[in-house]
Amino acid sequence: MNHLLRGLAPVSEAGWQLLDDEARERLQGPLAARRMVDFSGPHGWEHSAINLGRTEKLPPPNGKGVTALRRRVLPLAELRAGFTISRAELADNDRGAVDADLAALDEAARQIAVAENVAVFHGWKKAGITGITEASPFKPEKLGKTAETYPRCVARAVESIRQAGVEGPYGLALGPDEYTRVIETAEHGGYPLFDHLAKILGGPIVWAPGVKGAVVLSLRGGDFLFESGQDLAIGYASHDAANVELYLEESFSFVVATPEAAAPLSS
Amino acid sequence: MGFDQYHEPPEELSAETRTFARICASLEEESQAIGWYQQRISVEADPDARAIMEDAQGEEFKHFAMNLEFLLRRTPRWRAICEGVLFKDGDIVEHGEAAEAASEDGGDGGGDEAGGDDASLGIGGMKGAGQ
Repeated sequence: MNHLLRGLAPVSEAGWQLLDDEARERLQGPLAARRMVDFSGPHGWEHSAINLGRTEKLPPPNGKGVTALRRRVLPLAELRAGFTISRAELADNDRGAVDADLAALDEAARQIAVAENVAVFHGWKKAGITGITEASPFKPEKLGKTAETYPRCVARAVESIRQAGVEGPYGLALGPDEYTRVIETAEHGGYPLFDHLAKILGGPIVWAPGVKGAVVLSLRGGDFLFESGQDLAIGYASHDAANVELYLEESFSFVVATPEAAAPLSS
Repeated sequence: MGFDQYHEPPEELSAETRTFARICASLEEESQAIGWYQQRISVEADPDARAIMEDAQGEEFKHFAMNLEFLLRRTPRWRAICEGVLFKDGDIVEHGEAAEAASEDGGDGGGDEAGGDDASLGIGGMKGAGQ
């Protein structure tokens, strides 16, 4: 048994199948960052840090005659979102019920996906993670309240990145409000704005809960690295006669290698 | 008393390895007994005698399972491979090859395969995947 302690949970094989399938389905939509950046791993729960390949000076232990350096690493951070599932619901699933109440799992999946997106796109200072928008050297251009200006803003962002020598294809991560505006809008002549933006970018347009405004970034590879230790998994915390306490958990860190490979757009 | 479950000099083996070897020997014996009972049952005409043998064979199934579980709890890679093969429908050889390959990549706890024995959801990277 590994650290998730799933073998101790009062959950049948069918119950785990239900929970894992539901979590997978609920996570894959909102996990926007993973659609845009390079992914390394999972390297396992024991994996604790990203090698940055850099050093910092240290005073030597015995005074003169030697120099000293310390290797710099970026520790992985852990995210956990707990949730409670009724044992009666799991028992009904074992009997063949098809409408198990998994609302708490769905909410936990949303929360941890949003947290991951925020860390990657906007940073997580306490974990030492610099986000894509924080690292970008480009001043955020304002998108505005209506979608008519979006093609011009996105085209300018693409041009800024290209001028910096970073080739495409380019992708666009849109916050929920901005995404809704894009899919609702048709331009003059009825041409969908979504398709127009896709032509400018040459890459995907992604719904990204947790993102403020939008981010244009290159998808050529090598510019943004998400390093996973334990990939998202469901673990067991405790149970009583009525409920079982579970959690979604992952460990990861994130490094921006090419700050000019992304341009933020503010809402 | 025989010591032939040891392939190496027993005094050179740790207590854990000697216990492991003893349980392996038990596993072999239970498996052998299951096979013997199977043969006897198949040729026995007397239904009462056959019922006794079937009951005895059931005991051997239990002993085999307990021995196997003991060994798997102490051998994570073996356990990982068994989890990939046992109690599954489909092609046994395919499951075996896949489970062995997954254990080579992630069975030491490295977990380099999404959805390996780390029990992750196997989501991994989604760059290039449609939404």
